[in-house]
Amino acid sequence: MRSARNRELIALVPVALLLSAGFAAVFAQEQAEVGDLSLVYGAYFLAVCLAAHVYLRLRLPNADPYLFPLAALLTAFGLVMVYRIDADLARDQANWFVLGLVLFALAIHFLRDYEVLERYRYTIAIAGLLLLLAPRLPGIGQQVNGAYLGVKLGPLAFQPAEFSKICIVIFLASYLREHREMLIVGARRVLGVTLPPLKHLGPLLVVWGAAMFMLVFIRDLGSSLMFFAAFLALLYVATARFSFVAIGMAMFLAGAWFFASTVPHVHDRVQIWLDPYRDPSNTGYQVLQSIFAQADGGLFGVGFGQALIEIPGTNDPLLPAAHTDTIYSLIVNEVGLFGACAVILAYLLFAARGFKIALLADDGFSKLLATGLTAVFAIQAFVIIGGVTRVIPLTGVTLPFVSYGGSSIVANFVLLALLLLVSDRARREATAAARTGPLAPEPA
Amino acid sequence: MNSQIVKLFGLIVVLFAVLVGFTSYWSVFDAEALKEKTANKRPLLEQQRIERGRILADDGTVIARSVRKGRGDNLRYLRRYPEGSLFGHPVGYSFVREGDSEFEQFHNDELVGNESEFVSLLDELRGQTQEGNDVVTNLDPEAQRVALGALEAVGFGAVVAIEPSTGRVRVLASNPPYDPNRVPFELTELNQNELESPLLNRATQGQYPPGSTFKVVTAAAGLDTGAITLESTIDAPSTIDVQGQPLANADGASYGPIPLEPALTGSVNTWFAQLGEKIGADPLFDYMDRFGFGSTPAIDLPDDQVYRSGVFEGRDLLGRGDPVDVARIAIGQERLAVTPLQMAEVAAAVANGGTLMKPQIWSRVVDPDGRVTERLDPSRYSQAMEEETAAALTDAMEGVVSEGTGTNAAIPGVPVAGKTGTAETPFNDSCVGGGDNQAWFIGFAPADDPEIAIAATVECTDSFGGELAAPIFREVAETLIDDE
Repeated sequence: MRSARNRELIALVPVALLLSAGFAAVFAQEQAEVGDLSLVYGAYFLAVCLAAHVYLRLRLPNADPYLFPLAALLTAFGLVMVYRIDADLARDQANWFVLGLVLFALAIHFLRDYEVLERYRYTIAIAGLLLLLAPRLPGIGQQVNGAYLGVKLGPLAFQPAEFSKICIVIFLASYLREHREMLIVGARRVLGVTLPPLKHLGPLLVVWGAAMFMLVFIRDLGSSLMFFAAFLALLYVATARFSFVAIGMAMFLAGAWFFASTVPHVHDRVQIWLDPYRDPSNTGYQVLQSIFAQADGGLFGVGFGQALIEIPGTNDPLLPAAHTDTIYSLIVNEVGLFGACAVILAYLLFAARGFKIALLADDGFSKLLATGLTAVFAIQAFVIIGGVTRVIPLTGVTLPFVSYGGSSIVANFVLLALLLLVSDRARREATAAARTGPLAPEPA
Repeated sequence: MNSQIVKLFGLIVVLFAVLVGFTSYWSVFDAEALKEKTANKRPLLEQQRIERGRILADDGTVIARSVRKGRGDNLRYLRRYPEGSLFGHPVGYSFVREGDSEFEQFHNDELVGNESEFVSLLDELRGQTQEGNDVVTNLDPEAQRVALGALEAVGFGAVVAIEPSTGRVRVLASNPPYDPNRVPFELTELNQNELESPLLNRATQGQYPPGSTFKVVTAAAGLDTGAITLESTIDAPSTIDVQGQPLANADGASYGPIPLEPALTGSVNTWFAQLGEKIGADPLFDYMDRFGFGSTPAIDLPDDQVYRSGVFEGRDLLGRGDPVDVARIAIGQERLAVTPLQMAEVAAAVANGGTLMKPQIWSRVVDPDGRVTERLDPSRYSQAMEEETAAALTDAMEGVVSEGTGTNAAIPGVPVAGKTGTAETPFNDSCVGGGDNQAWFIGFAPADDPEIAIAATVECTDSFGGELAAPIFREVAETLIDDE
């Protein structure tokens, strides 16, 4: 399937051009002159992407041709936005991007037979939970804005939830692949509601418990929502029982409501969401400024590098956490509603390709793995964009590939590697099947 | 599982559509409302990055300009007022933290060069940054200086000078003044200074009893409705009884039956009180409305900084059908409260043959390339009275200056028409240590071809309008007529 890789190669060129143009626009704004530096950056970026592309050509020739360019597009966009906020941060981000690609390559190298993951699923599940717990461990844990999301090991700081989401999706895909029949066959109808068999309810309650646990101990509504939604998505795809999803959703909402009224941090987040104007210069500041930044953008935005992030003449932030949580608001501010729609469209295309892989894959684990990874990725984008647009309470989740943050970039490239691994096999088998002729007679 | 995967994708599409919906709501549909929120400092901060246009006097004197501070992301412009306190009123101030006021606030869009989003987009594509326009006013610095100086010599008060034929505002002075350059440092002190209230623009926000200057309105209504003619006489004894209370002439004299001209020249209270009753309350209110009483004057200043004039019950305006003492309204007493701007409009209406023009401070808008993009097109506010009425009234008002209470307003070689007023304000608590009189003079010159109509008033004084306000009128009128 050479043509798939050729399509990928062609798609990378406009991405590199977009990056160059973006940098050029930022330079033009800052120095009132356009040097050739933006082209140099564009060339570096293209070179790194080409290296990854050549690697894919060798190792996964049949993999989906659009996912990598889409990830590169989002990364390029993120780099320009982060550069526009702070050149030093952008340099870090570029390094993280390269490291992400290295891990991307390593994952592809070592997980070529990704069924091996199934064998270690409990180990992986425990690793995932430990990663989630790490921020609460004394000595290495870090509290950010009341939530426990960060870990600091010596000079290295990272957000373990980013990696944990991959571990948990792998576990759920494997677990549900094995037990889905049981969940379907053993289901009972009680009072008109289809309930899962009690024997298998246990593990599901464990997942619910884990989500509630995150809410209480990590105090992060966003990650908790993201994990649980991914779980429900997988449960639905595995069992085709909408009632399970409804029960799960009801349980989550009940739990979230209970903890929202007892855990102060979660309670505050919900209060701010409902009424940000109560304390506009303090607790409501971030979400209000996020919305004001969008109002400032309008249809077309004010242009790259033109939005206000700090109050001029001071170091006080006008848009707090512009490089991470509220980067989407900055995007709306600078490139307007149209630009923001393009970003959302990029995520939607990514999700479409991810689900396409799940549709093509022909074994249960591959299907569920691709579905889970795609769902958690799309839901993460929804949680943070929804947070800054006041669809849901604002929580500290990164915008995949775009936000500043090493863990986020690296973890999402590993996620992409897994998706491409599944894709390569699925498409290779599909092609092989087509070449040897249909197994079943095709309708004339 | 495939059909579930497709449905799941459908759900994701719906969720993302919700995101697009919310983003469009904030960035487009609700954007204007969000920009109005007080918690939103962005509009002010953005404006600070635009070089706000200058405000110029009629002769090109710079009243307000912007100076550049910082560069790059820290670039901002700060407002400077080279004339200091001379134009604190009516130009106001514009600062990011303290907000804006008066002329600066009203003409904000022109000064920052706000345009439609489409035009802004074109400018952006053409690489043009938003630039503010200069706004040239009709204000005359020399006359403003004379007016403010004259007020400072005698007490708190205001002077308003309007060109009757166009409504151009040449002077709008309020004493005590304030220096807008000091606003970023002492806005709180300026606001809390209740003794002087320097931020109060007395020309548009001072609500004073008009005293005898209101007789011009009564006379206009009397002549125009036909209640009297120039020849009709009314018997004017020293005292009459109105609603059980005696109403007396200021000089205690008894005049007998006299026509309008000597009654106005002598400012005879008993004569005008009876004229008021002859006209009736409702027709008198009609004429007050024609002069602009009861409405916010159509001047180019923010509505909340220009007060209405009329008969007040507490904060509410009284009008047709309300129980009022029309005899005392007719002589400028009762619960009448008027702004100096309103009384200048009364003088201007008489001066302009009965046609009242909308008073306007701005004259033209000049874009950064020096092109005039907008020019004041003088427009009529109302026909306050017939032209013949105005001519007759002018004759009577000339008598006031040539041989009546207003002789101090006389300018050698120039016929002047005017009316004095002295209202007693014994219950005005804000007059600390001062007198109990509100001294007024309204008038215009030259009477035969009016170039300028002026209202001058001084609060909390022991003196009379003819002694205190008439000389201010003369000084300001001389300055403005010499200019021409």
